[in-house]
Amino acid sequence: MAKLSMLDRILLLLTGLLAAYQVVAGIDGKPTMVIVAYTVAFGVLLIAGLLILIIGMEILDSSFVAIVATLIPLSLSLGIVAEHFPEWQTTYLLLVVVGFVLVLATRLLLPGNLATLSLMVVHGISGLLIFGLPFYLSLTGRTPLGFLLVGVGGGLIGLGGLLLSFLKTGHPILSRSMILAVLPGLLVLMTAAFVFGFYLA
Amino acid sequence: MATSAQTHKLAPQSVVFRVMKTKLRLYWKLIKSLQTGLLLATGMAGFVSFACPVTNFSTLAALAGSLFLAISGSTVLNMVYDRDIDARMGRTTGRPIPSGQISPRTGLILGLGLSITGVAWGLLMQPLYGLVVFAGLFFDVVVYTMWLKRRTPWSIIWGGISGGMPVLAGRVLAVGEIDAVGLLLALGVLCWIPTHIMTFNMRYYDDYKRAGVPTFPSEYGYGVTRLIIALASVLAAGSFGYAAFLIGLDWGYLRLLSVLSVGMFFLAGVSLIKPSEKVNFGLFKYASLYMLNTMLLILLQAI
Repeated sequence: MAKLSMLDRILLLLTGLLAAYQVVAGIDGKPTMVIVAYTVAFGVLLIAGLLILIIGMEILDSSFVAIVATLIPLSLSLGIVAEHFPEWQTTYLLLVVVGFVLVLATRLLLPGNLATLSLMVVHGISGLLIFGLPFYLSLTGRTPLGFLLVGVGGGLIGLGGLLLSFLKTGHPILSRSMILAVLPGLLVLMTAAFVFGFYLA
Repeated sequence: MATSAQTHKLAPQSVVFRVMKTKLRLYWKLIKSLQTGLLLATGMAGFVSFACPVTNFSTLAALAGSLFLAISGSTVLNMVYDRDIDARMGRTTGRPIPSGQISPRTGLILGLGLSITGVAWGLLMQPLYGLVVFAGLFFDVVVYTMWLKRRTPWSIIWGGISGGMPVLAGRVLAVGEIDAVGLLLALGVLCWIPTHIMTFNMRYYDDYKRAGVPTFPSEYGYGVTRLIIALASVLAAGSFGYAAFLIGLDWGYLRLLSVLSVGMFFLAGVSLIKPSEKVNFGLFKYASLYMLNTMLLILLQAI
């Protein structure tokens, strides 16, 4: 597998720094559940950036990574739901737990089509929430317009997830080398969109 | 444009400059700058962990100076004593002493000079601080390197204790006594050492075997070593976390520390369940980054 370029390293480092900033300073003053959810989301992003930086893109081939990466959209969507629709918090938390257990169980016990299907369903639902809710909230005036950026980040995370999923299933939309080449840029753009989106909100 | 005569005039100066640069680079290699820098960061973090916010920059600078000298001195003395081992290991054979670029005598004089100056400076600053700095040097050079390193893999504990002395020394200088936070920070370093050293022992297994240095992988196997690394990671994170809580680190920094700790557990876990050379060396690098970040967070709190 090709070595990371200097630009890739800088972009991954930036991703880590942005995610670290969000964990340290970007979520203070919010309800406990929201803080926990966003800490998990940005924490996984930070660790992902660091691990790719340290180990290289090979880490993406690990089945553990596919499981842990699910935590990003799940916890991010949980944070948004818990912050803006607290009445749905418990129900959605239950869905998040069930979704994660489903991904974990199918990946470890029933690898194959069922694992891919459960991953797609879980990523799909949470991804749509991260993409759609910020647009709904900001366009209806419930949050400042800057919160739209979180939706943009949601779109980017969906795009990244889609590219990686198709790569895993053996039907890549782009070539493997192309996907891995754009991934660091996609990661930093996505994290920046989230961090600035939350900041502006 | 320079004439030929001018070029000839400048030439001896540039030769002297080049020779000095080469010498400096050689001596710099002797002190293992990255390792020394990391230990220095722990010492400074130990100091500011009590003196938040830092106002006494002259004391901080003196701490950095004395610790740098003592840590560098002990590293040079280790290199002098271990020159026969280094000569047998591919990774270390090119070091300045085994490769003959610096004589053992010169190394010994330099090591002793740096160590004595560092400890003496420390004792003058505050006797207890100087004593802790001396303890670190003594455990590292005499107990770890000269006495135990070639006899038992358990020598790593003494290496770990000496590694924990800079952070304890920094804390002692600030508080004036040995307190629970200082001991917890030192315990954190002690428990972090296995992650750092044992992953290295596994990566350079053949080198250590060839040099006759007993290590955990060679004595107890890779499985046991990985289990110890995982347990030590949990203990290190627990000690640092509790110390950070007692220091009064902001919740944001505590959250980040927790995230970084979970990253280390994750890698240690993967290394245990699905071991590979990549993950093993990744854990080694991550552990160094983890330590640096932990100390950086304590330092940032002081700003």
